[in-house]
Amino acid sequence: MRLALPLLVAVAVLFLVSLLTGPAEIGLGRSLAALFAGGEDPVALVMRDIRLPRALLAVMIGASLGLSGAAMQGYLRNPLAEPGLIGVSGSAALGAVLAIQTGLAATFALGLPLAALAGALGGVLLVMALAGPRGTSLTLILGGIAVSSLAGALTALVLNLSPNPFAASEIVFWMMGSLADRSMTHVWLALPLMVVGWALLAGLGRGLDALILGEDAAQAMGIDMARLRLMLVVGTACVVGAGTAVAGAIGFVGLVVPHMLRPLVGAHPGRLLWASALGGAAMVLLADIAVRVILPDRDLKLGVLTALVGAPLFLHLILRLRRERI
Amino acid sequence: MSLVSVNDLGVRLGGRAVFSGVSFEIGTGEVVGLIGPNGAGKTTLMRAVLGLLPFEGSSSLAALPAAERAQLAAWMPQAREIAWPVSVESVVMLGRVPHLGTLQRPGVEDRARVAAALERMELADMRDRPATQLSGGEQARVLIARALAQDTPLLIADEPIAGLDPAHQISTMQSFAALADAGKSVLVSMHDLGLAVRHCTRLILLGEGRVIADGSPGEVLTPERLARVFGISAWYQVTEEGPVYQPLEVLR
Repeated sequence: MRLALPLLVAVAVLFLVSLLTGPAEIGLGRSLAALFAGGEDPVALVMRDIRLPRALLAVMIGASLGLSGAAMQGYLRNPLAEPGLIGVSGSAALGAVLAIQTGLAATFALGLPLAALAGALGGVLLVMALAGPRGTSLTLILGGIAVSSLAGALTALVLNLSPNPFAASEIVFWMMGSLADRSMTHVWLALPLMVVGWALLAGLGRGLDALILGEDAAQAMGIDMARLRLMLVVGTACVVGAGTAVAGAIGFVGLVVPHMLRPLVGAHPGRLLWASALGGAAMVLLADIAVRVILPDRDLKLGVLTALVGAPLFLHLILRLRRERI
Repeated sequence: MSLVSVNDLGVRLGGRAVFSGVSFEIGTGEVVGLIGPNGAGKTTLMRAVLGLLPFEGSSSLAALPAAERAQLAAWMPQAREIAWPVSVESVVMLGRVPHLGTLQRPGVEDRARVAAALERMELADMRDRPATQLSGGEQARVLIARALAQDTPLLIADEPIAGLDPAHQISTMQSFAALADAGKSVLVSMHDLGLAVRHCTRLILLGEGRVIADGSPGEVLTPERLARVFGISAWYQVTEEGPVYQPLEVLR
């Protein structure tokens, strides 16, 4: 609980800072008043239609990535696991890329996110069919790798055959991940799926704790492994599919955040779930503030920044681990 | 009263019958040693009894819903897995998982059981250390304590004393005997026939795809069976210090 308060405060403060960050210089009091006042005042429009959805999506996607990353690492008992491992983000990206290429994305506003969700659904069904109903964690990883590489190859094929350079560059930029220019419609599209996913993943705590002792021992302690795996896969698919659909691929958060917070929760996989959800929200909020502050006029992509920050952070963790092992 | 009743149990792995026609019951107050050469199917038998793999025949434990079975039998697998650097006490507390409701936190009784199990395995001093930093033998003791904390009428342990130092091998077997004195029972697979003879009330000898013998240590470990199943000779005598059993030579 000593960790919950600082994390909650960090998320709340970063949320406020995110609301106050942008090209339009609006004071603290004025912007917060505008948020609740309503009306057609331009400040209120900027706050409600541009900055609020952006900050909300940062919290939702960050929490989703942190939570699903912690759940995936706990289930696979491997600190290198991440939510993308089961191929959902890859297949969601394929759906989005097809929407851009076919022009569906340009025809109506929700064409791209809906196509990405369809891609995610196809990917997760394929992974579950490949992994089988009684399979172990190994069959799940293998199924995930198969689906990820297939989706990656098909995405590359679309880019390869794309006759339209504008569509190709749009695809490349979309795949970098961003929260710029998202609306409340995106929030309402992603939220229901994410709430379902959060509920499924949050219920895994006890099972993941028991899994410390291995699948056999956990099963003998009354944990239903098939059910746990189904909840994990469906929950991850919901949160990552919805996140990728509205914001593109944002890497490293699901990998790094559980890793950083693990020592602070006594390495308990169950407690790491909620801690990583809060930590992920804080990290994506921070990264999304940073892209606006560092290069305000160049549309720096969020996914690029998280990868740039995440990779060295991860190296640092590896070096620390190496020192401990010697 | 029987804690587990196994009838005509058989397991096929990859089309090959590991064993078949295995029947036995375990009552209260028994320390049953499961012995047999490598590959005889000791681990497979224990997992089948618990319903952790597909089998033919019947096992009263496997027939129960998972949550109910976890109240009756604790299982300590041979693979000593501790995935994350959680504290020793946390690992042992996992034994209380089957007794807790969905959102229930460990209470006074749970803590008392964990403390008793830590004490029993002489782990009280290292309760706050990360379990992954302990030696292999210490980890084995942590996992035995975890199974003890589950506080079930039946404990099924797969080679729990392999890799322990002699003192802890003996004290672990004595812990099992203490459980039996309290009316509980233990099914334990092991290779050290000397310890099995001294500390088990009953032995089940598994080999040649079936149960070869089931009875008191003296009845089961006849020289002919030792020669046939294990291919060894041994010296066996009931002395003033209790039964002493020493394997001597390889015969084949």
